[in-house]
Amino acid sequence: MSMPFYVSPEQLMKDRADYARKGIARGRSVVVLQYDEGVLFATENPSRALHKVSEIYDRIAFAAVGKYNEFENLRVAGVRYADLRGYSYDRVDVTARGLANAYAQTLGTVFTTESKPLEVELVVVEVGAAPAGDQIYRLSYDGSVADEHGWVVMGGQAERLASVLGGQWREGMTLREALTLAVHVLGAPTDDGAKQRTLEATGLEVAVLDRTRPRRAFRRLTGPVLEGLLAKKGGARAHAAQPAGDDSTGDAAATP
Amino acid sequence: MSRTDANPSGRLPDAFTTPGTASFVDFLHSYAPDLLPRNRPLPAGSSAADLVAPHATTIVAVAYDGGIVMAGDRRATMGSMIASRSIEKVFPADEYSAVGIAGTAGLAIELVRLFQLELEHYEKIEGSLLSLDGKANRLATIIRGQLSMALQGLAVVPLFGGYDLDKHTGRIFSYDVTGGRYEEQDHHAVGSGSVFARGSLKKRWRPGLDEASAVKVAVEALMDAADDDSATGGPDTERSIYPVVAAVGSAGYRRVPDEELASAADGVLAARRAARGGDAQ
Repeated sequence: MSMPFYVSPEQLMKDRADYARKGIARGRSVVVLQYDEGVLFATENPSRALHKVSEIYDRIAFAAVGKYNEFENLRVAGVRYADLRGYSYDRVDVTARGLANAYAQTLGTVFTTESKPLEVELVVVEVGAAPAGDQIYRLSYDGSVADEHGWVVMGGQAERLASVLGGQWREGMTLREALTLAVHVLGAPTDDGAKQRTLEATGLEVAVLDRTRPRRAFRRLTGPVLEGLLAKKGGARAHAAQPAGDDSTGDAAATP
Repeated sequence: MSRTDANPSGRLPDAFTTPGTASFVDFLHSYAPDLLPRNRPLPAGSSAADLVAPHATTIVAVAYDGGIVMAGDRRATMGSMIASRSIEKVFPADEYSAVGIAGTAGLAIELVRLFQLELEHYEKIEGSLLSLDGKANRLATIIRGQLSMALQGLAVVPLFGGYDLDKHTGRIFSYDVTGGRYEEQDHHAVGSGSVFARGSLKKRWRPGLDEASAVKVAVEALMDAADDDSATGGPDTERSIYPVVAAVGSAGYRRVPDEELASAADGVLAARRAARGGDAQ
């Protein structure tokens, strides 16, 4: 019989954190950034069904990187949490802060008490009536919460992409500017020697929390709407001329 | 949410992270059954006859070419008293369907909230809309859960209608208190004034109506019901209280604005005055 080795708590936590970080770094990045009328989410995701960005409640959305089965489980829990809260109290009483707290406690408890930490990183966003009222919470695998302003990058190349995004983001961008920047950031070179990639609309998952929409602010941008927004200025005159019409086609295209 | 708060670690309870169901009703049933309206037995020996609770009345639904119109009057009664003259009894169930309710008002409004949430919850979790038949069946399940309360006199009878995105047509469903679900052709009415409303619908409805004429037919049916049923309220021009009328077509749910209803109601009255001998000055 061999004696179990003593492992210091520092070492144990460090090993778990390294394990979780490695799992998260394998995935593609998600970019979240604020624009004048809401918050934009973008990621490279060829799948039409397995989403990384989803609606939680009227003004709240969720984005995640890492292991799909783990963050999907947290997403469903978040929808149940929000719907139960809204049913017990009122729709306006469901807040991103409460949800972020519930997630933080869950991630933290799993990190310290279970044999394997969750290999996920989450962002919970709530849009307010004005940009100053927007809330962006970033949650890590160990349950730590950061209250972010303006933008967040998570996933594989987070640090490198964050330096690109942080240098170019500014307050009050339009949706088109924000999307162009997000796609530029996602296609940024991953190594010093690599080149900037051009991403196609079909390989992107893009969604917005649009504060101008009446109740449910979440909307996916797909198909012609997304292509129109991504097109160079000259080719997209039709879109610019009909902002109202664009909205309704967006709904039709967004219906899964 | 006291259950969540009571969890010592603050972690989301297991019920939240258990995969499987996309139904909010099933989730409530396993996690917080006391929040479901069905789990509230009346004390033994009491009956709803002793209980005076507001009662909501007539709802009509009319199919037109490419959708349905659903309309409900604004009156709730409590015995012989008018409990409310501005209650709303027609609601959007989701973007492509509407639900109207007759029966015990408090319970009915709670059931509508639950039903709306059930559809939205499914949509968020599954990422797709339920079929119109699926929605109609979920409503049947919710109503079936109320059977024991219905037998004690607290019945809720809904009318459900919507635009079928697969068949590209409007469809209407009626229910009984046991959760029986029946698809109706062309038009239907429920509630205390339904007998008179159905008579009116039979005479006024014709195939190939457009949305505007369907709104007129529905408003006229409600006015006929209000004429003969004391529990149904007609359009109240003095206070500008008009029926709640919803039109659901391929573009989704739309609440018909009061100005359109006022002109529809005026049109009906003018036609009747003219028919009586033109004393419209």
